[in-house]
Amino acid sequence: MSNDIMNLQLWQIGAAYVFIALLLVIVRKRGIGREREILIASVRMTLQLVLVGYVLVYIFESTNPLMTILAVGVMEAFAIDNIFKRTKEKLTGKLKKIIAFSMVTGTLTSILYFLFVVIRIYPWFNPQYFIPIAGMIIGNSMTGISLGVKGIADGMRNKRALVESSLMLGATPAKASKEIVNSAFDSAILPTINSMVGMGIVSLPGMMTGQILSGTSPLIATKYQIAIMLGIVGSVALSVILFVILGYRTFFNHQDQLIQVED
Amino acid sequence: MYQFKDVRYKDILSIDKLTIEEHLVTSIVGPSGSGKTTFIRLLNKLISPDSGEILHKGKPMSELNSVDLRRSVVMLPQQPAIYPGTVKDNLLMGLVLSEKDPVNDEALLEVLEAVKLKKDLKDNAELLSGGEKQRLALGRVLLMEPEVLLLDEPSSALDDKTELMIIEEVVEYTRRNKKTLVMVTHSNRIAEDFSDRIIKISGDEPVQAREVSR
Repeated sequence: MSNDIMNLQLWQIGAAYVFIALLLVIVRKRGIGREREILIASVRMTLQLVLVGYVLVYIFESTNPLMTILAVGVMEAFAIDNIFKRTKEKLTGKLKKIIAFSMVTGTLTSILYFLFVVIRIYPWFNPQYFIPIAGMIIGNSMTGISLGVKGIADGMRNKRALVESSLMLGATPAKASKEIVNSAFDSAILPTINSMVGMGIVSLPGMMTGQILSGTSPLIATKYQIAIMLGIVGSVALSVILFVILGYRTFFNHQDQLIQVED
Repeated sequence: MYQFKDVRYKDILSIDKLTIEEHLVTSIVGPSGSGKTTFIRLLNKLISPDSGEILHKGKPMSELNSVDLRRSVVMLPQQPAIYPGTVKDNLLMGLVLSEKDPVNDEALLEVLEAVKLKKDLKDNAELLSGGEKQRLALGRVLLMEPEVLLLDEPSSALDDKTELMIIEEVVEYTRRNKKTLVMVTHSNRIAEDFSDRIIKISGDEPVQAREVSR
């Protein structure tokens, strides 16, 4: 058995689009009316991946560290923008700044620790390691912070009376929002904790699958998967805790009053 | 205790000149929607006026630390929050949140008696009736021994008997301990019967205080 990955010919990829055709037939026959979205999604997926493939080839062949830094910067920017878009609540400028700050600080700390202390990559900007690992860490933290934003915003809206009641009893804003902050943190990290529980049994994680397909020994792939999972947990925890402990304060003014929401 | 000077809050309140004296019971009366609740929320800095100035013990309230102020000027809202937990947890919550020393069970039982709540300290507070919750919240505030007590009229969901009982209890506590009480009420009778001064907020005429003759 050869350990090299089998390259796919164009016609083979074309053959895989049969699945999309199948989906379109089902949707059309049943009158579900999702054809447009399915077509757009398939085309977007294809174009985006082809594009990112060429970009990665270009970056991997370059020996310029700036290319790696730029790639990570673009990922951070897209992730932050995605959090803004995903949140249904109207975000204040202050809260947006805190989201960006928590995201960048939390993920960069974890990425740098992971690459320089755990894996010890060489050269330091090696894009083969830097980019995919940064991608996984940033992606998971993005989901974490999105949930954290929802938790804080929902909590401050639904438990406004309780927060105000605590202020009336002489609580500091930190004490008055402690439950909301804790529960937002909890709901933001829960999916990451749950994904650890099911890992390897319910599904083989994407990175491990990729490494195995490309011919890496499953044992080496396992070691990488464990390490990256721990890195993800660290990054999600760090960015979410930064967000919640800074974010709740934006709901209060400098006089420790709950900011009035315009209905 | 408080001096209002040209205070404006949105288009709800407009007060040119007004004082609230210490050690007295002051009632706030007026039709619903006239800004009575807004008025007492200014007194513990839950909100601040858009313009004008309120002095507390001679100092501009804008310069006072809000949290410190709320630890001596405690408000009992119309529908006080009940925290998940027991009667005891709820009684102690005011002391916990305001970082004051906790008290022993004996003191808690005394307060329960004072607010005429016949419940065990271990009972689940969330299962109490509306009136019982109101009394529990009052007990929680009394334990904090505030200098100024702000009482928004108990929720209309309560029966008159409970409402009167709460007001009697608070007024008696205020007089006995030389505290200051500012309470909102919809009832002119309650205001006349219990207070030293009455402030009428109606929107049509200037907000003024008048003494109640005894």
